[in-house]
Amino acid sequence: MHSYVSLENLTVSFNGVTVLHGIDLAIARGETLGLVGESGSGKSVTWLAALGLLPGKARVSGRVMLGDQNLLTESESKLSRVRGKRIAMIFQDPASALNPMATVRRQIGEALALHRGLSGGAIKAEARRLLDLVGVPDAEHRLNCYPHEFSGGQNQRIMIAMALAGEPDLLIADEPTTALDVTIQAQVLDLLALVQRETGMALVLISHDLGVVSQICDRVAVMYAGRIVEEASADQLFDRAAHPYSRGLIGSLPAIDGPRQRLVTIGGTVPDPGKLPPGCSFAPRCAYAFADCRTTRPLLSGIGQGRNVACLLDGRLPEPAVAPTLQHEGLTL
Amino acid sequence: MSQPLLQAVGLARVYEGNHGFFSRAAGVRAVDDVTLTVGRGETLGIVGESGSGKSTTGRLVLGLETPDAGQVHFDGEPMPAHGTPEWRRWRIRMQMIYQDPLGALDRRMRITDQIREPLDIHALGDQSERDGRVGELLRAVGLSEDLAKRYPHQLSGGQRQRAVLARALATKPSLLVCDEPVSALDVSIQAQVVNLLSDLQAELGLAMLFISHDLRVVRQVSRRIAVMYLGRIVEEGDADDLFSQPVHPYTRALVSAAPVPGRKSSDRIRLQGEPPNPANRPGGCAFHPRCPVAIARCKTELPLLADLGAKRFAACHLAVPAASSAPIRTAGTLSAAGATVTTDAGMFAK
Repeated sequence: MHSYVSLENLTVSFNGVTVLHGIDLAIARGETLGLVGESGSGKSVTWLAALGLLPGKARVSGRVMLGDQNLLTESESKLSRVRGKRIAMIFQDPASALNPMATVRRQIGEALALHRGLSGGAIKAEARRLLDLVGVPDAEHRLNCYPHEFSGGQNQRIMIAMALAGEPDLLIADEPTTALDVTIQAQVLDLLALVQRETGMALVLISHDLGVVSQICDRVAVMYAGRIVEEASADQLFDRAAHPYSRGLIGSLPAIDGPRQRLVTIGGTVPDPGKLPPGCSFAPRCAYAFADCRTTRPLLSGIGQGRNVACLLDGRLPEPAVAPTLQHEGLTL
Repeated sequence: MSQPLLQAVGLARVYEGNHGFFSRAAGVRAVDDVTLTVGRGETLGIVGESGSGKSTTGRLVLGLETPDAGQVHFDGEPMPAHGTPEWRRWRIRMQMIYQDPLGALDRRMRITDQIREPLDIHALGDQSERDGRVGELLRAVGLSEDLAKRYPHQLSGGQRQRAVLARALATKPSLLVCDEPVSALDVSIQAQVVNLLSDLQAELGLAMLFISHDLRVVRQVSRRIAVMYLGRIVEEGDADDLFSQPVHPYTRALVSAAPVPGRKSSDRIRLQGEPPNPANRPGGCAFHPRCPVAIARCKTELPLLADLGAKRFAACHLAVPAASSAPIRTAGTLSAAGATVTTDAGMFAK
């Protein structure tokens, strides 16, 4: 598969503590990849590092290939022609990502002038078209409004309009719906899927919510403690997760209908990045772990049907029904 | 005992809006005519989006705020006024848990001291009894003695919420109001705390009012669930079937919007429009501007919560008793009501 962007052995450390341990990830043109993990798993840092958006104290190594260009070694001026133009990013909290002192027209216009070289009337017409596209009603009039005059859901639509201004080939959406109510979240997810169909851009959806990811993603990568532990199609993952952590995450979600069962939990907590256990980082919390897991670090490798897993069991987990009972969560803390 | 533990009737809370220079102050009806009952050892879940008044309802039933209308009865007696010594004594038996455990804990006190504090304040037991009780509570919520000697910032989010829970349980309350208790926690930790809450409830016979925006979590811990929209309860029913057979169009949309792993979004009901501003509540049924099946009557007449049988209540003009198999969905029901259908009901069922 020809990939549009590929991360190769991307490693990030802050003050000598490694938080991202060699991420390999490829995004094809037009595909939708979900990046799932709990807080601190490195899902946001991965893309902030790839786009050169981390603070100076971060040490980044590896390669981020866009065509034959390695973004990690590019000059700031070349990088700024990629960011927003070819790869755009939107964040969780639209209210703090927008400038409260500028009208929506000015903010979208800025992106249009910068990335597409538009000016004057062309900016206004294009800004209006973008607002229409993202479903802000009465675009003509609302262009002159400030961010505080919009609701949270509408501000996120405006962020998406700004991100689309450069006609990017790849949009990185970092928890784009986490701050929104569930009915509005559904609208924004629909919008992202619609925009993607219309423009053919690729989308990376970063989220802690497996439900959100499964709504619109083709492929999902699950991250734990700075590594990708499983990569599979959304159907494969939700049907039968191969990594014990992915399986635990899915089991932690209460069902919305059917009989209510006690939730399957993952005991313990996420390890401190400075004190990762030797061997598999998940071993201390893993119900399937055996002696080798505590000494040997599993590498992400293929187990067939296009899926990858980083586990010494290679996805050969016992059936859920006979899985060992996880420790009583109360006793593991 | 037949008497419910908590009974709230016709609760309303109006917040004064901003006074404009030329305009009249507009009151915000955060909670409007809310009636609810929680039996001993029972959990009532309240779900709703932001601005639905679910948190205010929680504060009203604890007496943390004084209702502008309606009464709260606890154990058959009316709630004493906020801040009075009588009310303080009542609070021994009803406790609250908030979303943010770090904000709820005192950062400069060790966990053990915080868990012990309610016992000191209410002068429950002598010194050694209090020590014993703290140990008991720590074991009940699964915190080690070693962790209990630490300060809040030295604990993880899940551990902090356990500490908050231990403190809330210190006085052996009979009612616990939980306002988004797991929303700030990671999925795997969330499941631990949800299981812990269920266990404690079963062991201690606690009654709970469990407030959350997360339908799945609410269903997991509740026996009955009330759905709130703009300050009013729009549907109430058994946790087992409320989300599988929702009656109110808002509940249907909410269930349909809740992301379910492994389900694609194509068959979702899409609500148009933004959640309305509580300060500018639409007339008639507050949901009508977003409702895909609204009829003319919905714009003018406020639907009241009606008993549909089978322990289901809904506030919708189009809701029919549970006996008929497909409430709202069929066009026949709509025309039987003699109403103009503004949106194709078939689209809604899609």
